[in-house]
Amino acid sequence: METTMDYKNGDKLSISNYWVGLLAFLVASILGVYQVAERAGFIPQSVELYFASISTHGVLMGFVLTTFVIMGFSYFTACRSLKQPLWNAKLAWFGFYLTLFGVLLAAYPLLTGQASVMYTFYPPLAAHPVFYIGATLLVVGSWVWVLQMIMMTLTWKKAHPGEAVPLVQFGNTANALLWAWTSVGVASEVLMQLIPWSLGLIDEIDVGLARVLFSWTLHAIVYFWLFPAYIAMYTLMPKLAGGRLFSDEMGRISFIMLLVISVPIGMHHLYMDPGVSAGWKFVHMLGTFAVMMPTLLTGFTVIASMELAGRLRGGTGLFGWIAKINWKDPLVLSVGLGLLMLTIGGFGGAINAAYSMNAMVHNTQWITGHFHLIFAGTVVVIYMGTAYHFWPKITGRKLISDAHARLQLWLWMWGMFILTIPWHYIGLLGQPRRISSMPYDTPLVERWDFHEMLMVVGGVMLLVSAVMLIVNLYLAQTKGVKEDNTELELSVPVHPVVSIPKVLNGFALWNWIILVYLVISYGYPILHFFISGDSVGVTPWGV
Amino acid sequence: MHIDATEKKWFYISLVVTIAIIAILTFSAISTNIHPPSSVEKVDSNRLHLDGEFKEDNLGVKKNADGSYTVTMVAARYGFYPQRIEVPINTPVKIRMASFDVLHGIHAPFTNFNTMVVPGYISEVNTSFTKTGEYPLFCNEFCGLGHDHMWSKLIVSEKGSN
Repeated sequence: METTMDYKNGDKLSISNYWVGLLAFLVASILGVYQVAERAGFIPQSVELYFASISTHGVLMGFVLTTFVIMGFSYFTACRSLKQPLWNAKLAWFGFYLTLFGVLLAAYPLLTGQASVMYTFYPPLAAHPVFYIGATLLVVGSWVWVLQMIMMTLTWKKAHPGEAVPLVQFGNTANALLWAWTSVGVASEVLMQLIPWSLGLIDEIDVGLARVLFSWTLHAIVYFWLFPAYIAMYTLMPKLAGGRLFSDEMGRISFIMLLVISVPIGMHHLYMDPGVSAGWKFVHMLGTFAVMMPTLLTGFTVIASMELAGRLRGGTGLFGWIAKINWKDPLVLSVGLGLLMLTIGGFGGAINAAYSMNAMVHNTQWITGHFHLIFAGTVVVIYMGTAYHFWPKITGRKLISDAHARLQLWLWMWGMFILTIPWHYIGLLGQPRRISSMPYDTPLVERWDFHEMLMVVGGVMLLVSAVMLIVNLYLAQTKGVKEDNTELELSVPVHPVVSIPKVLNGFALWNWIILVYLVISYGYPILHFFISGDSVGVTPWGV
Repeated sequence: MHIDATEKKWFYISLVVTIAIIAILTFSAISTNIHPPSSVEKVDSNRLHLDGEFKEDNLGVKKNADGSYTVTMVAARYGFYPQRIEVPINTPVKIRMASFDVLHGIHAPFTNFNTMVVPGYISEVNTSFTKTGEYPLFCNEFCGLGHDHMWSKLIVSEKGSN
């Protein structure tokens, strides 16, 4: 039965999610420029303002922009690819408002300096309880989205027995499961430790345990952020570039590997921590490097798809095809720029992830440079590309100018390079992260100075680009000319999927494997806190 | 289901590259004995000053019978105590630290002296410094509004000069 009557009922929810994410992004970008200017000494110093700003910047970028854009991306692509309405539209909207309510709740302590504990919480620094409660509601609201994705896929499979779930929705479902598994860590920390402790219901918490629980979430969350970017690379980009997807199956294999491997490896964030023995850190390093596999596979399939597009459009020779790709399309361009940043950032990541090299860079500005390049670079630039692609399909209006969109994307990439390459460098020169000034009596400071200037230039470019993004999308929505083609057109694989093994069309087996892998990698390290004797509880401290 | 032949090849290449990187890292860590600071020892951070290893009188640099050194330090907002430590070059140094209050981190640039200092736990770094000079010791984990101002000094001196 092919009822298409209301499979567009996810559109409004999708664009609402995108707008919340984008407005959070704009505010966070303004804060970002304030922070670089303050740190470089261009404006008067205020530590209260600086650390409130940096905490808000982290929460808005890491939790708000991401969660809302991911939900917006998935609601739109799920309904349109399955040709199926939202599973439960009322519940989905409830999830949206609950998530939004959580954000507004958390905003109050953040903006008044009562939650300057960073987006990573860092107990025993204690924030106002409302901050933790708001953050919890944000996560709980996002679980509604998880449920929608799972139910939409199951409903579709029931109606289409034996058929392959469209790759885009297979990816959305993988990401929903990834988030469900990985958010358990931070949810346990907040519900069992931080909220009761900040309310005074319990006096002390074990900070080591809190850090291990947070690490459970902290790594896979970056794959939660990255997933829509990968999905767009596989399922949207190839067609827009002028070709086909090189391999649908490889996409499924990569998504499954990302889902299974990325959750139980978070302790590489704790390499420098006491309280976790070296053996467990080593085990988590193995998994961390294993995640290279799906990324390498994705790189191959996506670039092969690009080559195919270039050659179909008349490109010849070893590299001649590159110029022939349809770079005029903003989403295609965003994928290209994203891959450049991913390649450079990925090398840095391999150093952070190395058990034996991490000590050189841990908590230096190198780290800040690394995750800005991968997350704020690769992930966010492709988020922007998807917004440019979806807007005409949702609003029925074209962008005012594709050239403006492309300029905005280029500006974002160059701004990000100018911001983050100096950060990598001064990190190697020892600059710690999360400082608001450099009051140190050491000759090193002079070697940092020049790069602090560059970072301000990069920050300003990024803010200009962020404003351009909002303006481009707003003008398209309000003043754009009519767009006739509002259907979502997915890339067609070179070899059509005629039959698909069950394991590449569902997640039952993979969920069991994750459970076992999680118990192996986190079971004993967590249990150890409870069976190793003397309490080491810590009371709350103010900032 | 269809997997292209070149894609299969790439799959195996990726697998070999991944395994090779892990093997190289494992070999280098084991052969040069580089491991992250990972002691699992608890301590009551509220009582550091009262008794035991981290009492004020017991802090500082000590030469052990075998010629190696042990450095005992406390991290507390906003400083590392004692605020100046001096150790000789190319000598095994065991640094033991505890936090008096919140989370801290400590890093001497260009060295692998880098560890988190977590309240409730003892951090231990085993290293030896290969270049003489004065190193800043930065607090590299956000610990409160005075975080920027939390730093101290490490002097690595020629052997026999202290």
